Amino acid sequence: MQHLMSPLDLSVEELDELLALANDIERNPDKYAHVCEGKKLATCFYEASTRTRLSFEAAMLNLGGSVLGFSSEDSSSASKGESVSDTIRVISCYADICAMRHPKEGAPLVASEKSKIPVINAGDGGHQHPTQTLTDLLTIRSLKGRLGNLNIGLCGDLKFGRTVHSLIHALIRYPNIQFTLISPEELRVPSYIREDVLKKNNIPFQEVERLEDVMPELDILYMTRVQKERFFNEDDYVRMKDFYILDKKKMNLAREDMIVMHPLPRVNEISVEVDEDPRAAYFKQAQYGVYVRMALILTLLEVEVC
Amino acid sequence: MLNVGAITEGFVLDHIQAGTSLSLYHDLKLDKLDCCVAIIRNARSNKMGKKDILKVECDIDALDLDVLGFIDHNITVNIIKGEKIVEKRELRLPKEIKNIINCKNPRCITSTEQGLDQIFLLTDDATQTYRCKYCEEKYKGPKKIR
Repeated sequence: MQHLMSPLDLSVEELDELLALANDIERNPDKYAHVCEGKKLATCFYEASTRTRLSFEAAMLNLGGSVLGFSSEDSSSASKGESVSDTIRVISCYADICAMRHPKEGAPLVASEKSKIPVINAGDGGHQHPTQTLTDLLTIRSLKGRLGNLNIGLCGDLKFGRTVHSLIHALIRYPNIQFTLISPEELRVPSYIREDVLKKNNIPFQEVERLEDVMPELDILYMTRVQKERFFNEDDYVRMKDFYILDKKKMNLAREDMIVMHPLPRVNEISVEVDEDPRAAYFKQAQYGVYVRMALILTLLEVEVC
Repeated sequence: MLNVGAITEGFVLDHIQAGTSLSLYHDLKLDKLDCCVAIIRNARSNKMGKKDILKVECDIDALDLDVLGFIDHNITVNIIKGEKIVEKRELRLPKEIKNIINCKNPRCITSTEQGLDQIFLLTDDATQTYRCKYCEEKYKGPKKIR
């Protein structure tokens, strides 16, 4: 039985198979509409999440399965003091697969050690969010046609953004990847990403502050939100949140085939006027999130589709 | 020169960093053993200048080599039988250490989950980096057990 805790749990070959399956689901949704009939997905969300939980539920419903679960700690036995280990032992009796989000880092791993059903990490604090990374990889592969030979611009909060860190880890496994890291001084990538991941693996990268200067070079621009909860000081947050705003003027500097990605939700870092630009890929990205979760559920449940 | 008699059966921990033998004595729980222990501090050493030595008159199985390897894998372990060294054990950095150190990350599941072992994994031999199995936080504390 396989679980998914980190995007690196999958080898490049396994990832290729998963993404190919997701693309087949995209092309032939009817073929997969009933393949999980009689199967149940438990969504165990110990903290609020609209997008990820609904994406998982939509994925299972699209496969003909059903869903059960809870969407906050208050509505689970955790509020009565039940351990994650005990909860998953019980959930194992009710469902065939579980997607778990938990504010404590490593909680889904604890669950996987006690579980009788596959467990998917749907986000554990600031640690891992593997299905977001899989979503990003599927979006890039589908819209750019490749996962190598890319200059990826990562823009905004590169210090606290786990999405960005996971994506860097996942993409360095492909050939000719280079990163353009665009952030204010205070929100640059942590030193362990710069030293232990990028430099150690001889991955070319540049760190810049001005988005305009590098726009023409990028194949992908991955925007991130500056998260208020990461700041102790309100003034610092206010100063940082408006540091980058992607608008039509900046988009005019970009290549015709560049794509703009964002894990969502956005606040104001992408102006709504960019939404109509054919290069804006962030809403397609949300759709790819459903396809890749469908592929993941099928893979972990070992469902064969002829 | 101070003379400490030979032991008949047991083990000698040699090349201990000078001044650390007493904390090692506690970390290895030698204070809990009902046997003869000699702690020698600041002995002359060609290799180290000064070193500490621990002589323990009991079976080697009483010693947790993983704990010792984690604290200092450069220590030499000599096993003594009939007053002679019969074996020298190589210490290595253990791949996994269980319930020896605690994860300090307050956001880690180990801080709340009942009965969960504190497990650290060796993630980089060269830099001797240990990370919590659950949250992957790097262990930055001293090589001293909890």
